[in-house]
Amino acid sequence: MTIAPRIPDPKKLIKGATGDWEVVIGMEVHAQVTSRSKLFSGASAAYGGAPNSHVSLVDAAMPGMLPVINEECIAQAVRTGLGLKAAINEVSVFDRKNYFYPDLPQGYQISQYKQPIVGEGVVTVDLPDGISIEVGIERLHLEQDAGKSIHDQHPTMSFVDLNRSGVALMEIVSKPDLRSSEEAKAYLSKLRTILRYLGTCDGNMEEGSLRADINVSVRRPGEPLGTRCEIKNVNSIRFAGQAIEYEARRQIGILEDGGVIDQETRLYDPGKGETRSMRSKEEAHDYRYFPDPDLLPLVLDPAWIEGLKAHLPELPDEKKARFIADYGVTPYDAMVLTLERASADYFEQVAKGRDGKAAANFMINELFGRLNKDGRSIEDSPVSADQLGAIVDLIRDGTISGKIAKDLFEIVYTEGGDPRDLVESRGLKQVTDTGAIEKAVDDVIAANPDKVAQAKAKPTLAGWFVGQVMKATGGKANPQAVNDIVKAKLGIE
Amino acid sequence: MSVDTATVTRVARLARIKVTAEEAERMTHELNSILGFVEQLDEVDVTGVEPMTSVVNSVMRRRADEVTDGGDAARVTANAPMSDDNFFLVPKVVE
Amino acid sequence: MTDLTDLTLAEARDGLKARDFTAVDLTKAYVAAVEAARDLNAYIVETPEKALAMAAASDERIARGEARPLEGIPLGIKDLFATEGVHTQACSHVLDRFLPPYESTVTANLWADGAVMLGKLNMDEFAMGSSNETSYYGPVTNPWRKRGSNARLVPGGSSGGSAAAVAARICLGATATDTGGSIRQPAAFTGTVGIKPTYGRCSRWGIVAFASSLDQAGPIARDVRDTAILLKSMASVDPKDTTSVDLPVPDYEAAVGRSVKGLKIGIPREYRLDGMPAEIDALWQKGIDILRDAGAEIVEISLPHTKYALPAYYIVAPAEASSNLARYDGVRYGLREKGEDIVDLYETTRAAGFGAEVKRRILIGTYVLSAGYYDAYYLRAQKVRTLIKKDFETVYADGVDAILTPATPSSAFGIGEKAGADPVEMYLNDVFTVTVNMAGLPGIAVPAGLSADGLPLGLQLIGRPFDEETLFTLGAAIEQAAGTVSAERWW
Repeated sequence: MTIAPRIPDPKKLIKGATGDWEVVIGMEVHAQVTSRSKLFSGASAAYGGAPNSHVSLVDAAMPGMLPVINEECIAQAVRTGLGLKAAINEVSVFDRKNYFYPDLPQGYQISQYKQPIVGEGVVTVDLPDGISIEVGIERLHLEQDAGKSIHDQHPTMSFVDLNRSGVALMEIVSKPDLRSSEEAKAYLSKLRTILRYLGTCDGNMEEGSLRADINVSVRRPGEPLGTRCEIKNVNSIRFAGQAIEYEARRQIGILEDGGVIDQETRLYDPGKGETRSMRSKEEAHDYRYFPDPDLLPLVLDPAWIEGLKAHLPELPDEKKARFIADYGVTPYDAMVLTLERASADYFEQVAKGRDGKAAANFMINELFGRLNKDGRSIEDSPVSADQLGAIVDLIRDGTISGKIAKDLFEIVYTEGGDPRDLVESRGLKQVTDTGAIEKAVDDVIAANPDKVAQAKAKPTLAGWFVGQVMKATGGKANPQAVNDIVKAKLGIE
Repeated sequence: MSVDTATVTRVARLARIKVTAEEAERMTHELNSILGFVEQLDEVDVTGVEPMTSVVNSVMRRRADEVTDGGDAARVTANAPMSDDNFFLVPKVVE
Repeated sequence: MTDLTDLTLAEARDGLKARDFTAVDLTKAYVAAVEAARDLNAYIVETPEKALAMAAASDERIARGEARPLEGIPLGIKDLFATEGVHTQACSHVLDRFLPPYESTVTANLWADGAVMLGKLNMDEFAMGSSNETSYYGPVTNPWRKRGSNARLVPGGSSGGSAAAVAARICLGATATDTGGSIRQPAAFTGTVGIKPTYGRCSRWGIVAFASSLDQAGPIARDVRDTAILLKSMASVDPKDTTSVDLPVPDYEAAVGRSVKGLKIGIPREYRLDGMPAEIDALWQKGIDILRDAGAEIVEISLPHTKYALPAYYIVAPAEASSNLARYDGVRYGLREKGEDIVDLYETTRAAGFGAEVKRRILIGTYVLSAGYYDAYYLRAQKVRTLIKKDFETVYADGVDAILTPATPSSAFGIGEKAGADPVEMYLNDVFTVTVNMAGLPGIAVPAGLSADGLPLGLQLIGRPFDEETLFTLGAAIEQAAGTVSAERWW
């Protein structure tokens, strides 16, 4: 598959002192495979743990230890490849990438160099302006994570913990198809969504389950690619955006001053909002890749791949399309609802047999807002889909007004309970008894003769009367009925 | 192909083995002797020949995704020349 | 009573079963013999207490009628095999004081079958060498001496301690490993029998790695039957080594004594080297005659890429070794030298920890894998390896059952004799054996006579993949005709 080169979008160009610049971005995302044990050993792949407690003799590279591959990690990589609409390579090879580092016990990382498990694919990325772009995937390969060195425990020593050593990672390499920090953020976010849908990576960026190496270069629109710099190990979507913005402007500054960009590895410092050159290595890397002689080539059975494909969950793009078609929600709402699989599932439970649009509105405006405020995820929402559905029903059948619905939601959120019972016990029912409303309207008219006179000249003042009546009835009066009666009594159309 | 002392020094650096100037000199000689010996492979016509990946003609066995190992940090660090609280200690690494 | 150490493994096994003597008696005899033979430097660590405790346990088993196949049999273990809580350093300084918290699969198999451990055997550092002179613990002396000479000879290598210990009758058998000839060449130099089984027959788990695609464990013992008995216990499919092959282990001992009638034996013309000593040529002819007389069919065959095996090996093996030995960095175990920073620590530790031959191979391996040279060296060598394997596949497809060659181009040489020489001269020791590793095939070395100056000479038989049985059958036939040889005790 090839993706046509994108035409420079004037809106996305960066204005320099001497004209416009286009930023070109590609990403290598390291996603930790969701698995119980490590890629080549039976030690736990769980995050954290006491120092060196998730470490087998294989992970510690004891003499004579041998790697044995974890079947589930292979399956997870294939599922991810399928989710990225990518080619699955039936034969792939594990290579050794040789270099010395204290958190690399073997003196080499087992990775896939020339023959990765997954080839080219594509990710559709939705941008906030409602436009979607396609980002090419170059490849995906499996590799081992390294251990961790802690530098702040001792004045002259670093402490090495190998708990991460050997945990399975998927390195997902994009093509240089991204043209702004916004696009890069949207890509990362979409990739994270896809991985979480697939259940192949938990996407937890704080724990380092998802981190990105970002290649950034700039050029004049229409010109060949410029020299790139690689920003290593960015572990938040927000930082990714900031790092790209800074880096692009840094490069433009150098080029506009007549300088040249050195191809180098840089680190983003979120505190300073800057990228800085990593202490340049004394010598160029020479990783001496060669096929790992401890591991035979990885051969996948096409029927096995088909089996995984058959059990793949519905992915966000398909779900989004279905929500638009089946529930009549707007594309934007559909996108928001499908960001997380759990939200989408929740929505479907609420929307089933109800007005999808109403369900979507209430979820996005009330539920998401409230959860956000508390920093909670949909999984631990105190309001269940059934409870939310009941509230939507109560609005729909006129039992409560939209305003009361918000109050009711808050009660359910904080105290729990069946919304239908609460409406009864708390007296939240909308007053539709016209006699009672008429009485309330009469009272307001009687108390405000001056306003009555004004309203006859200026009909919009009717709204003031409606408000007063609503207030008097504790918001429970049916607003439409109030409106009609007010207008009739004031004699305005 | 043959190597000079500078190359040997560079390769020794890559392999993280300290060599003195005299050692590098001697090793240059030895390495060239070996490289001269292996040069005869250039005579072989390898057109269209697949490189060997394994002498074993079988499919790589896989293990189930179960935690069967680890949980014994003391065992892992028992042989460490320098350790503290089950961490391995190395001279401070600057990134 | 005759000296218990004069019995073969099979005889000792039968004697124990018949209660002619106890396992403790046998072990005590060996512990004494080991002590008396320290001058040979075959053992670098002796474990007499452990041996006697194991022997006592064996006696209990025998008394209960629960004897296992190797019950009470005292063995020596090459220092390349991890033995739990017992010195394991691959005879390198870089593994200084390393005590593995694990047991190699091969040795665990032996103990599970009742064998007794006498100690750890000397070897070339990281199994890199053909004379046992690269060991951090000093050279091993071959129990054999030239007729009328007291000059010390090498036992071959890298399993020099294993071969010398078997030849000196200071163990009933020994574990060994073979990457380019390290079982067969020392067996030939010491008048013992050694087999390198098919790659994948024995688990590599817990054996310090030299060159992963070539390394294979096997036994060295006094005769073909003993070797067959040991291999049966050592071999297994191991879930911890995915290159170990899931095939049942046959009863190899049953193959000893089978008829060779009708077996087709290939004689590869490419093994007839220019300048080969006449006595090696004569020995080869003797082997041909023995097998022909026993009813085998002799055919001349061609293995056209033979001469390229050794140069290809000296790319592949060092390349793998350079990577396998990267873990010896002074961080998690073994030697650690002072360093100003981490890079300095690595460099000083590895400079002090590795001997000259190991450094040489690491440098060669690093060089041939480095950017710009990979295709010219490593990739080409792996392609040549494919051709070498194809050569064998072709002759086996033509109906050849096994191939007969000399095991080594000469008999044992003197300690220090090749010290100043070009490294390649030492490498040429493996010229007949290395093809077998490159193709992953089984090969056995069997003594077939003595040189003019009274040193043992061996023949090699190469088999089809996983057809070790035919090698035992043929080896036994040669042994029966040529007789076994044993070194006179002078130490």
